[in-house]
Amino acid sequence: MLLLENVRKSYREPDGEILPILEIPRLEIAAGEQVVLRGRSGCGKTTLLNCISGLSTVDAGNIFINEHDITGLHEMARDRFRAQHIGFVFQTFNLLPAFTAHENVLLGMTFTGQKTDPKRAANLLEEVGLSHRSHHKPAELSVGEQQRVAVARALANQPSLILADEPTANIDPAHQQQVIDLLRGACEKENIAMLLVTHSPEVSAQFERVDELEKVNQVLAKA
Amino acid sequence: MEQRSLASSLTGLSMALGVALMILVIVIHQVVVKQFEGDAEGYHLIVGGGKAGDVQLVMNTVFHIGEPIYPIPYSYYKQFVDGEYAPFTSVAIPYCIGDSYHINGLRFRVVATTPDLFEKLAYGANEDGSDKRYEFSSGRNFRSDHFFEAVIGAVVASKSGLEVGDTFQPTHGMSSKGEKHIEFEIVGVLKSTGTSNDRAIFANMEGFYLLDGHAMPLEEGEEEAGQSMSESGMAVSVDPKDPNRGRSPLPERQREVTSILVRCESDTAMMYLDNAINKGKDRTTVAVKPGYVVQDMLDNIIGPMQLVLLILTVLIVIVAGISILVSIYNSMSERSHDIAVMRALGASRTAVMGIILVESILLALLGGVSGVALGHVVLAAISPYVESQSGITLGFWQFSWQEGVLIPSLVVFAVLVGYLPALTAYRTDVGRALGSGRY
Repeated sequence: MLLLENVRKSYREPDGEILPILEIPRLEIAAGEQVVLRGRSGCGKTTLLNCISGLSTVDAGNIFINEHDITGLHEMARDRFRAQHIGFVFQTFNLLPAFTAHENVLLGMTFTGQKTDPKRAANLLEEVGLSHRSHHKPAELSVGEQQRVAVARALANQPSLILADEPTANIDPAHQQQVIDLLRGACEKENIAMLLVTHSPEVSAQFERVDELEKVNQVLAKA
Repeated sequence: MEQRSLASSLTGLSMALGVALMILVIVIHQVVVKQFEGDAEGYHLIVGGGKAGDVQLVMNTVFHIGEPIYPIPYSYYKQFVDGEYAPFTSVAIPYCIGDSYHINGLRFRVVATTPDLFEKLAYGANEDGSDKRYEFSSGRNFRSDHFFEAVIGAVVASKSGLEVGDTFQPTHGMSSKGEKHIEFEIVGVLKSTGTSNDRAIFANMEGFYLLDGHAMPLEEGEEEAGQSMSESGMAVSVDPKDPNRGRSPLPERQREVTSILVRCESDTAMMYLDNAINKGKDRTTVAVKPGYVVQDMLDNIIGPMQLVLLILTVLIVIVAGISILVSIYNSMSERSHDIAVMRALGASRTAVMGIILVESILLALLGGVSGVALGHVVLAAISPYVESQSGITLGFWQFSWQEGVLIPSLVVFAVLVGYLPALTAYRTDVGRALGSGRY
């Protein structure tokens, strides 16, 4: 479902020096598979997610999602591909403050090129246990509720891949498990692959496959 | 916009005020031009004393504005009736200007003339080319043999409350402190013509000549004809049923006229009269083509003034547009997070750029449409005052074609001012902005 081959990514520093960030010979995730990618801060986790989602381009290599090589797509096509195939869950939730919970979920469908489905958005909120809070804005929701809205939004476009970047880092322990259960349950139910980046041992302990980014990313391995 | 409702409202308001000012300048200019052009219709020439300039002659005669001008002898007028100029003249209407009527703090010009003004002259043309004739909403035209009759314009009637059967006392001169003359009876109220004549009172010239101070003094040894009784003495010994209060017409040699409206027999006749009067031996009189003078005035005075006002209002709208730019641009840092979220959810760079441009356009449109409405509300609100002061009728529904260009221009302008913040949205660093999320 997701295949990275010989992916390399680097940044040019202000003094002109090239700083390599990623060098991944191969990383593969099957459809419906749930993988944790563990690594310390600053090891290129977010850069990797941005490359997989098409928000950033790679210097070399290929990224296949559902057998489409997104590295060969123009930016606009990558944007559309991301809208149709990928769901994002962020560490800081990233809900739009002016929108209600329901509108935030609808936003997940807005850029797919298809008509938005308010009924599906309402069902998703019901699935994450927030149907009674659908008309509340993020500021009126608890931190745990906000992340549940974010999970519903990530599922809104019926993605084949969910990228979760430290989804429990900002949530109190009581609600962390709730969010993980929600994500895992939804992925299992709809056969969605998930790549979850975390440095939490408690979270990674729950997954069958845990990859260490230090081993996957050759830049770190060489260092 | 909803998130920043106060800032957006203030930005929209500044745009609305700028547009409203622009609407006022455009519409008022159009109405003034139309009024000026329309007021001088129905005749070809105005003949008056040569000491007055062309503009003063036209302002005085057509628009009833300014101090009275130097008169010309009645005998000169007679040349258009049965003298040298008569073959070229279709209608000649004498005007005697110099008195006024004051009521409710308003001043109305009293124009002494003949009934022919309303019977033989039109005040414009209809769309089908037919003449717009003077009509009376009540009463009738004054009679030439009833010396102390008068008719009033529509604005005079509405502002003064005078109606048929009432009497009024003209004041000598333009000041309200001038000596009051004897009474004239109002026998007719004109229907609105949309011209300056709506603001004037038209009195029988025969009665006007009999008022104190209106007769030319006789030269020494010359025998005074008619009755030499003063105004104050008239009412004592006359038959109360006599409309002329026992008075005989003033002899022609004691008469003067301020100006003459001349409708010529043809264009050739007009050219002849123009030449004969302006290039003849007698340089004490001038003949002006009111249309030319009005056009000159519009081109050289009102046109440049309107241009200056228009430039000022355009500058105001530009400042309002820049405030849209500043308002949106300043909010870009707090919006970069929302833009990054949308980008992460699949929005393209051009889509987020479009969202910012749409906001700019919406602000300009809301401001523009509100400004157009506000401008017309102000037009309607100031209409009574402007009409009472100048006779120019303004109204809510008076539109100018330029307004049709204004809104599309605002959209183009909004795109221009929205481009810089939209470009910032286009270049948003998604990775960095997502890390700054609040929710």
